[in-house]
Amino acid sequence: MEKNNCFHCGLVIEDKIVFDEKEFCCNGCKTVYEIFSLNDLTCYYDFEKSPGATPQDISGKYDFLDNESIVAKLLEFQEDSTAIISLSIPHIHCSSCIWILENLQKLQKGINTSQVNFPEKKVRINYNPDVVSLKSIVHLLSSIGYEPYISLENYETGKRNIDRSLTYKLGVAFFCFGNIMLLSFPEYFEVKEYWLDNYRPFFRWLIFALSLPSFLYSASGYYVSAIKSIKSKMLNIDIPIALGIVVMFVRSTFDIVMDYGSGFFDSLTGLIFFMLLGKMFQIKTYSFLSFERDFKSYFPIAITKINADTTEESIPVYEIEKGDRLLIRNQELIPVDGILISDKAEIDYSFVTGEAVPITKKSGDKVFAGGKQIGKVIEMEVLHSVSQSYLTQLWSNDVFQKRVEQKHKTITDSISRYFAPILLLIAFAGFGYWIFFDANTAFNVFTAVLIVACPCALALTAPFTMGNMLRIFGNKHFYLKNALVIEQLAKVDTVVFDKTGTITTNAKSNISYEGKVIDESNLALLKSVLRASNHPLSRMLYDFLPETKRLKLDSFEEITGKGIQAEVNGISIQMGSANFVTEKGQSEIQQTSVHVKIGNEYFGKYIFNNQYREGLSELFSKLSSQFQLKVLSGDNEGERSLLESILPKGTEMVFNQKPEQKLEFIKSLQEQGKNVMMVGDGLNDAGALAQSNVGVSISENVNVFSPACDAILDAKEFKRLHYFLKLSKKSITTIKMSFTLSLLYNVVGLSFAITGNLLPLVAAIIMPLSTITIVSFVTVMSNYYSRKIK
Amino acid sequence: MSCFLRSDEFTFVYLILRCVMSVIYLLIAISIFVAICFFIAFVFAVKSGQYDDDYTPSVRMLFDDELIKSSQKKSEN
Repeated sequence: MEKNNCFHCGLVIEDKIVFDEKEFCCNGCKTVYEIFSLNDLTCYYDFEKSPGATPQDISGKYDFLDNESIVAKLLEFQEDSTAIISLSIPHIHCSSCIWILENLQKLQKGINTSQVNFPEKKVRINYNPDVVSLKSIVHLLSSIGYEPYISLENYETGKRNIDRSLTYKLGVAFFCFGNIMLLSFPEYFEVKEYWLDNYRPFFRWLIFALSLPSFLYSASGYYVSAIKSIKSKMLNIDIPIALGIVVMFVRSTFDIVMDYGSGFFDSLTGLIFFMLLGKMFQIKTYSFLSFERDFKSYFPIAITKINADTTEESIPVYEIEKGDRLLIRNQELIPVDGILISDKAEIDYSFVTGEAVPITKKSGDKVFAGGKQIGKVIEMEVLHSVSQSYLTQLWSNDVFQKRVEQKHKTITDSISRYFAPILLLIAFAGFGYWIFFDANTAFNVFTAVLIVACPCALALTAPFTMGNMLRIFGNKHFYLKNALVIEQLAKVDTVVFDKTGTITTNAKSNISYEGKVIDESNLALLKSVLRASNHPLSRMLYDFLPETKRLKLDSFEEITGKGIQAEVNGISIQMGSANFVTEKGQSEIQQTSVHVKIGNEYFGKYIFNNQYREGLSELFSKLSSQFQLKVLSGDNEGERSLLESILPKGTEMVFNQKPEQKLEFIKSLQEQGKNVMMVGDGLNDAGALAQSNVGVSISENVNVFSPACDAILDAKEFKRLHYFLKLSKKSITTIKMSFTLSLLYNVVGLSFAITGNLLPLVAAIIMPLSTITIVSFVTVMSNYYSRKIK
Repeated sequence: MSCFLRSDEFTFVYLILRCVMSVIYLLIAISIFVAICFFIAFVFAVKSGQYDDDYTPSVRMLFDDELIKSSQKKSEN
């Protein structure tokens, strides 16, 4: 049978559903199509092929939106008949998404307008709360496959203030720069002509007036930073910049007052403009990614509480108290530690540990915050409130409290530590020399040195290199929080990997069989039995076994925490844990396995091994020549020997690590003077990621989840980690080369300055020329390296 | 300049230049005014959030045609 893809979501169709001559993989997808075609919105499918997602079952999940105080906190704006909400929708990925979400008013009365912000994956809906409730909007979105993501984070932040000051500053700088350039033109051709001489003061004072906004407003950031750095006694690059700008302005003003010349206003505003442009370029943000996530973005806003009189009520998570009874539905996250009341639960801790196989809990067992219930609705009793739960306590560690803005000194700053004193030395030496001949020239030389040496090119090198690298990395699915991360990456000498979920995939487990050979007819039996079971291990095993014919089950029983008991054609089949199948309680050591018994004969067991990521051993052997490698795992030592065989010798492996221990491990490495890169995935690595010099989070789906970190790496690109490390080293080389180049320019400029020959025209040529060469040099170099390195 | 001209011609050119030069004040005033207008427009554009999302509008502007197409489809059916 030829396999087709679903018209709506593009998945391969297993059981075909045909509707309106289109094929769908499930009823959910078909329903979405029906909704769209009824409302004449089918050109949703014209922009992009199979753009949709299968709607998930959400009954009851958004009941908390009935609670008005919760809704009020989520809304951006609310007045009588207008309310505005911004919803984050992870599925937004193509132009079809934008189109359908901006036509929501056709699907639901009461929605006035909706606007998508594609880079942030958000939709801003303006609706009339008298006509339609937020809950029904959320239900509508979910029913068309665009389930919004509402978490505790939304609950707290409320309105955000966007910082647009850099855009304003750049605009002002450009305005001043452009107009001054235009007005300075006559000055460049020093022709003695009547009209020029006559109108010179007018032009000059106009230029002076135009330079004021740029000098006072656009460049203000540099003054602030320079003063800060003097106060903290760390010489950074902004000091010579601020010094250069101020001296340039004072000298130019002096020049036009005394009628010595036209001043350097053109170079001054040009310099400010180019430097701000560099700043803008460096800030490449991936607004759809969040690098600051903590448990809040994972946790739900509200949870269903069961009152003493058995009524159900949605309460905000922060109001959960010890002793409350909570109702957790399928796919809901458990927000607090507690004790299970229902008789069984399948809890998926993959958020916390990265481990994909759910853990079965029985009535009376402790369940921990961060787990996700899979299957039926469960009840639990609360032991700790949110902030005191085991997982959330990790965030009370100091690492999360003090987010130091800059963990280290940048390469530019370490150079400018020498640059600023040398510059002043030259300036004073020039002044000291000329003062014996002519005081006026001495003053000119002194200012000219500071002006021409203003490290504009130097200051531009790093932003443009980093900014370009950031984009190159981004194109290769390695998203960095900011440009500083590249410098830190280049310094890394120790790489620590988390095991589960990082060097193993949690997508599929590698299943192997141990025991007597199972023939085809028996395989058909097993597969038919597994078909009926919803246990995650059964699902995995079902997918693993080869295709067989289907047999009818005579009886089927799933025994919680044990296994399956079934009968087919009079043959009884048992599958499950060792003590269930073999009845003698075989000691099961550190393995996830399913034992099989057909009839009365014990056959063997299926072992679920972790699947290691593609290219793992290759990556490790490449890395091991340059870095110290370590593997940290929250798991037991079950796979130590296997790992040892795959990974290069000398890779240290530490098992049974709790989240805090991982953090301490990184800390102790740093105390030995190491620059540590931590590669992790789950929330349990959050502490280690925050503590390390560079925390890289591996994510199967970059749009969804990753704990707070410095960089997010698409799991598919895991094997290229070595490339990224190498490339960041090369970008530092590029910066160093370009520093040399810009220092050369400075030498040329200084030779003009020190001999007292710096004309405004020379300055106006040298400055942009050096800027352009530097920018093109670093761009060409970084692109060259990104291609050359394998 | 004067070497090419007779003295009466020179006076004439000189007078024209005088007029032209005072026009420069006016022209520059106008050009700066226009520039400031554009600058104010830019500030308002930033303020209204036009620079926050520089991707979606580029897609959105292509949509209007498609909407007409869909209603045509309806009438065909």
